Amino acid sequence: MSYDIYMDFILEHYKNPSNYGKIENPSTSSKGLNPLCGDELEIYILVEKNAIKDIKFTGKGCAISQASASILTEMVKGKDIDYVKNLKEKDLLDALGIEISPSRLKCALLSYNTLMEAISKL
Amino acid sequence: MDINTIRKDFPILERRFNGKRMIYLDSTATSQKPIQMIEAISDYYKKYNANVHRGIYGLSEEATDLYEKSRKNISSFINSRNAESIVFVRNTTEALNLLSYSLGKKLKKGDEIVTTVMEHHSNIVPWQFLQEKGIKIKFVDINEDGTLRMEQLSELITKRTKIVSVTHVSNVLGTINDVEYIGKIAHENDSYFIVDGAQSVPHMPVDVNSIDCDFLAFSGHKMLGPMGIGVLYGKKEILDEMDPFMGGGEMINEVHLSGATWAEVPLKFEAGTPNVEGAVGLSAAVDYLKKLGMDNVREHEKELVKYAMDRLESFDDITFYGPRNPEIKGGVIAFNFKNVKNAKIAKVLMDEGIMIHPHDVASILDIDAVMVRSGHHCAQPLMERLGVPATSRASFYIYNDRDDIDEFIRALVNVKKVLKL
Repeated sequence: MSYDIYMDFILEHYKNPSNYGKIENPSTSSKGLNPLCGDELEIYILVEKNAIKDIKFTGKGCAISQASASILTEMVKGKDIDYVKNLKEKDLLDALGIEISPSRLKCALLSYNTLMEAISKL
Repeated sequence: MDINTIRKDFPILERRFNGKRMIYLDSTATSQKPIQMIEAISDYYKKYNANVHRGIYGLSEEATDLYEKSRKNISSFINSRNAESIVFVRNTTEALNLLSYSLGKKLKKGDEIVTTVMEHHSNIVPWQFLQEKGIKIKFVDINEDGTLRMEQLSELITKRTKIVSVTHVSNVLGTINDVEYIGKIAHENDSYFIVDGAQSVPHMPVDVNSIDCDFLAFSGHKMLGPMGIGVLYGKKEILDEMDPFMGGGEMINEVHLSGATWAEVPLKFEAGTPNVEGAVGLSAAVDYLKKLGMDNVREHEKELVKYAMDRLESFDDITFYGPRNPEIKGGVIAFNFKNVKNAKIAKVLMDEGIMIHPHDVASILDIDAVMVRSGHHCAQPLMERLGVPATSRASFYIYNDRDDIDEFIRALVNVKKVLKL
């Protein structure tokens, strides 16, 4: 473990997350839980013309899980649903740009799994 | 106790992480292992390995002798009257599942089980299995200081209660429960009394006669022994009348196609080839602890937990859970950062007022090679009761000293710096 996972980029998303909040009447939503950590994440998506018109999340958890949700929502906002469906775990991990230890991988991927769950309901 | 001498017996403590001496503060999860224990296992395989209770040849007799001597040694460690009361299992969890199965068979609809909100999942889930039979589970709550609500306990235990199962020491709060008293109330109501000793047997003198428990469960790996060996102590007359848990070799007297009869206690409960290396290793661990003296072990941890609590008090944004009185607290401190001043995290802070997630705390401490646990510690009902999703937890054992706690405190100061709070 090194200090690198708490680089400024991650801390900035942790403290001032993008797309934090709720969407009334979303097209789809999903709640993700990481019972081992007590992390919680809910993602709301508004779809228009087969694209993500708006996406928001609420949640509580560690810096990694919350920053990753912020970064992921930025990545997919405005994108086609097909693009999102083809998004891989690695795409998110690359965007985080930090080395995630195996024990923290669940934190980093909570947002990805919750997003995919929401998309699959469409 | 000379901690520097003790440390030399634990090869793993020589490891360095990020160039720093390792500060192991997670003995509540599992303890580190002294060389004497490691060598006992290696010695067993080098010189004595054979299957036990089977062979006529001398080597098998030697292996059997070692296995049974280990049983006797562990029996005397908890002051059990006879070695037959010691059943080898995998761990505390298996011991409690054995009891849920075998005692559960005697229970009927409307019977009640009393346990507490501070239990490890292993002393909750096996009892929940019995709910489908119409058996009710009642939970004793805690006071604000993390002690059990004894007046409520007295009310919950009634003539309908058939099993009272309580942890001796909480793996989160550190609370040392008055098991002698609880056992008295259980027995006055003709209930079985079970003690989860996973966090007490490794850390303090435990005497099954003075507690007068019907059963005591504990794990070898938390008390310097190897993983995969644990003990169920049971009063022999009760074990005698219980049905076996698992069937197979070793646990039978006679087998015919039409049925089988059981071996005597304790073999009745030890189906299949047992973990002989585990028993031998645990016996060596017990020798190590006996040499130190369990009173000394307890005094050492009491002193450490008091020192750690005093140092934590100096943080106005750290809260810790459980009793403040070291006389009724084991060597474990669960804590959280709360209400961090000037924190700018507006949105993502935890609802419960915890400003820094325990996983971030543990990750940042790990940078300084300070190893603490974070999460719910297999005690989710207790987390709910405390109103937190998780905590960080530091725990102490014979190889820890004040220097370790000073390093821990130094690393804690670093947490807010790393997160730029």
